[in-house]
Amino acid sequence: MSEWVKICAVSDLIADAGVPALFKDQAIALFYVNDQVYALSNYDPIGQANVMSRGIVGSIKGELVVASPLYKEHYSLSTGKCLEKPEVALTVYSVKVEGGDVWVS
Amino acid sequence: MKKKLVVVGNGMVGHAFLDKLVNSSAFSDYTVTVFGEEPRVAYDRVYLSSYFSGKTAEDLSLVPTGFYEANGIDIRLNEKVVAIDSAAQSITTASGISMTYDKLVLATGSYPFVPPIEGNNRDACLVYRTIEDLEAMKEAATRSKIGVVVGGGLLGLEAAKALVDLGLQTHVVEFAPRLMPVQLDNGGASMLRRKIEKLGVKIHTSKSTKIIEDGETARHKMVFADGESLETDVILFSAGIRPRDELAKQAGLAMGARGGIVINDQCQTSAAHVYAIGECALHGGMIYGLVAPGYAMAQVVVDHLNHKPAAFTGADMSTKLKLMGVDVASIGDPHGTDEAAKSYIYENGPQEVYKKLVVSADGKKLLGAVLVGDVDDYGNLLQLKLNDMDLPEHPDDLILPARAGTKPSFGPDSLPDSAQLCSCYDVSKGRIIQAIDEGATCLADVKNATKACTGCGGCTQLVTSVVNAELAKRGVEVSKAICEHFPYSRQELYHLVKVEGHKDFASLLHAHGEGHGCDICKPAVASILGSVWNAYAFDKKNIPLQDTNDRYLGNMQKDGSYSIIPRVPGGEITPDKLIVLGQVAKDYQLYTKINGGQRIVLFGAKLPDMPAIWKRLIDAGFESGQAYAKALRTVKSCVGSTWCRYGMLDSVKMAIDLENRYKGVRSPHKMKMGVSGCTRECAEAQAKDIGVIATENGWNLYVCGNGGMKPRHADLFAVDLDEATLFKYIDRFIMFYIQTAGRLERTATWLGNLEGGIDYLRQVVIEDSLGIGMHLEMQMQSLVNSYQCDWQQVVDDPEKAKLFYNFVNADEKDPEQLYVRERGQLRPATAQEKLESLAVELV
Ligand SMILES: Cc1cc2nc3c(=O)[nH]c(=O)nc-3n(C[C@H](O)[C@H](O)[C@H](O)COP(=O)(O)OP(=O)(O)OC[C@H]3O[C@@H](n4cnc5c(N)ncnc54)[C@H](O)[C@@H]3O)c2cc1C
Ligand code: HEM
Ligand code: SF4
Ligand code: SF4
Repeated sequence: MSEWVKICAVSDLIADAGVPALFKDQAIALFYVNDQVYALSNYDPIGQANVMSRGIVGSIKGELVVASPLYKEHYSLSTGKCLEKPEVALTVYSVKVEGGDVWVS
Repeated sequence: MKKKLVVVGNGMVGHAFLDKLVNSSAFSDYTVTVFGEEPRVAYDRVYLSSYFSGKTAEDLSLVPTGFYEANGIDIRLNEKVVAIDSAAQSITTASGISMTYDKLVLATGSYPFVPPIEGNNRDACLVYRTIEDLEAMKEAATRSKIGVVVGGGLLGLEAAKALVDLGLQTHVVEFAPRLMPVQLDNGGASMLRRKIEKLGVKIHTSKSTKIIEDGETARHKMVFADGESLETDVILFSAGIRPRDELAKQAGLAMGARGGIVINDQCQTSAAHVYAIGECALHGGMIYGLVAPGYAMAQVVVDHLNHKPAAFTGADMSTKLKLMGVDVASIGDPHGTDEAAKSYIYENGPQEVYKKLVVSADGKKLLGAVLVGDVDDYGNLLQLKLNDMDLPEHPDDLILPARAGTKPSFGPDSLPDSAQLCSCYDVSKGRIIQAIDEGATCLADVKNATKACTGCGGCTQLVTSVVNAELAKRGVEVSKAICEHFPYSRQELYHLVKVEGHKDFASLLHAHGEGHGCDICKPAVASILGSVWNAYAFDKKNIPLQDTNDRYLGNMQKDGSYSIIPRVPGGEITPDKLIVLGQVAKDYQLYTKINGGQRIVLFGAKLPDMPAIWKRLIDAGFESGQAYAKALRTVKSCVGSTWCRYGMLDSVKMAIDLENRYKGVRSPHKMKMGVSGCTRECAEAQAKDIGVIATENGWNLYVCGNGGMKPRHADLFAVDLDEATLFKYIDRFIMFYIQTAGRLERTATWLGNLEGGIDYLRQVVIEDSLGIGMHLEMQMQSLVNSYQCDWQQVVDDPEKAKLFYNFVNADEKDPEQLYVRERGQLRPATAQEKLESLAVELV
């Protein structure tokens, strides 16, 4: 049973980059690319620290990705999958934008 | 019981022999003793003349410090061998040491021939072969104005360069009707003469000196057979070399009619347990006056001692060299001694280029060639000759300028694997392919693995083409594209940004790229924008480009916290500032350490605290150390003349000036500098991208050194500079590096990949050969003028400071950042410690 939580305003996000946020008691990362917002866990499963929101956003063969700022693995923004190590993934959260605010569930 | 091996002579070939022997299995069978007559271990005679342009005797040494000791080789310098008893297998030295041997290697080299002219032993009549000779020349030059070289061959012209470098008005006197009579034909020699005379050296050909007597206006007067005469203060004989075969003669070994120790294809003399190698040896009636054949002989002897089949079957005497800045090359037989041979000549008067080909009667094979003024074709022609390859239909196409039509390019694939590409280190095409198979992925890797291109550098072009072709075959992208989003190299992007005036990533991507960018091209472009426009990393539109280090103006540590590194120019810090650092560290519980760059680092700063921490530091007079940026890191300095008993100049002030000038300049990779106050080099400046060392006469500049993963000693770039010139060269050097380097290429790798290497770099920076010197200086000045402290801007702008938070929607600590107390300070807890939640603290 998922429940939507209001996180922040869209204007708090930075285009083409990530922003860290707290969703309930979980650290998440919000990415704002091509007018769309993506929410993934902020915890880097390989580097073991809450840093994914500080990675560089880009594309690899058409797929939007974020690169870990610690050891540079790439994670898909839409699926959370690690491109270099498919057995590792970030949790993906649902996001909606309503009235200029970002909601996550 | 080990056998005894004795080597006589520690010159270029004698050392090469030991170097090869140590790396072979037979080495463990022998105890090795070496006798050298000179007071020092082997050095590079080929680069002897660079002694006058700043190299020291140590720079010229071929022997890594401690090499002989580490390998248990007993080396006796200043010890001449005076007798060999080949029946008893023993030798005797001048100081009376006697020693038996199982194997003896003679590598005694040669001596300069001084023609039997009356007066040839007068004061300041010298020769040019050893470092002691150089010292004598230097001394004589201090009391002289004019110098004459007797002999216009290869070595004579080298010697003439030395006299010019010593500031003497220089003449060359040659017996034959042309310069370099052995290697050049008349056309090539007269072009060379024209070029050299332009440099102010007077050439006198067809002159035979009869007598040297007291001069009227100078020390000596040389009287020639034709009755003319020439007054001069210094005379340098360079009329050929003679083998040092006196020992062998005394021992009764077989000798050539005109000297030289006769050897067979295994380099054995007439006594089978005695070998002779290098310039003292006579093989097939030839003495080889070049190092490469000597090295080949050394290899044959090492193989023979290892019971491997090997033979020396003669060597190619083709040469390419720069004589007084003039490029000259000679291949095979350039005189067309074969009656039926045909020749082709290309001469370009205005550009002073001369080229000649000699081909076989049927036009199929190359017999010889001469190139003066433009030797780009040398590599191709040499391979055609050495591998006996068929010539194209119109051989003259090979030497005509490319614009005259399509130049037949026989690609690297047409060369056999056995083709020797680098003659200095005998590197074949096969060896290069092997290096690539073993993981080399660029020219610099191949150079490191094989030593190719690191001798005279003449093979660089050819080796580059082989490396690129082989990489391409393996599917390695030799494409210079930095990533999938831009089909351009970093250097090309730099020019696009500058020429088309792109001020942000979006505009560049729109014009020249595709997709969304990535963690390779975005920071690269950010760095270019920084270099070209000094674009501020923290501008909102630049944030998405930055690695987290640049984005948050600190180096991220493993737990996601940051380090705080204020600039401490030259490593000089006042007690008051130290106290502030200590107080801030204490208040924010930061771990404190002195790093390798003479700065103090505060670790463990949390994002939300960073603006406040920096405000306190800036208020105390600190500024950002930019340890997070690809830019100048630190300028390490020694104590210098203000305190140190040995200091020649104030190295600390120089370091501070350097750091303050170049701080903030964004570069392809980080840059480090060092300044030492004397040659003791306590600051280890030669391990830096830019090193400066004080001398009695000013500052010596070293470039392209590196510590880190692939250490490299910096090259001596220029000597005895005053401060203004030093800064001028460094301005130009850094800007040229910024404009031409690849992505994340440190200066050492950049130099390794730069065609023409350090000499080319000197031409650009010192001689301004591209005419861009002033432009580079102006660009640097504009970057210097627009310097801003990154942190000052954050501290001054609440909007920017607001972006340092743990969560956009909550003011809480990061629950993963847990610490453990150790040696009186905090450090990040390990995963295990977090699990056990033992003694961990949330700060
Ligand atoms: C100025 C200059 C420029 C040159 N440029 C080039 C170039 O561009 N390309 C090229 O290929 N070659 C060049 N050469 C030639 C090259 O230097 C020689 O081919 C090379 O040094 C030969 O090496 P070697 O070991 O046979 O002789 P050397 O290097 O002369 O070594 C012989 C050593 O043996 C010692 N010795 C002799 N007799 C005794 C004894 N009885 N007991 C103990 N020790 C003894 C000598 O003192 C000497 O140190 C140049 C030479 C000079 C001088
Ligand atoms: C006669 C020879 C030498 C003298 C008189 C000398 C003198 C000094 C002095 C006075 C210092 C400063 C000490 C201090 O900070 O308290 C120093 C530091 C140092 N010296 Fe030397 N030194 C000599 C040779 C060398 C050599 C040969 C090397 C390296 C190969 C070297 C490497 C260093 C280093 C690495 C430091 C430390 C610099 C730093 O703190 O970062 N020194 N030396
Ligand atoms: S490099 Fe020279 S001047 Fe500097 S500290 Fe060392 S000995 Fe003194
Ligand atoms: S040497 Fe290795 S462990 Fe030490 S600071 Fe550098 S990267 Fe870190």
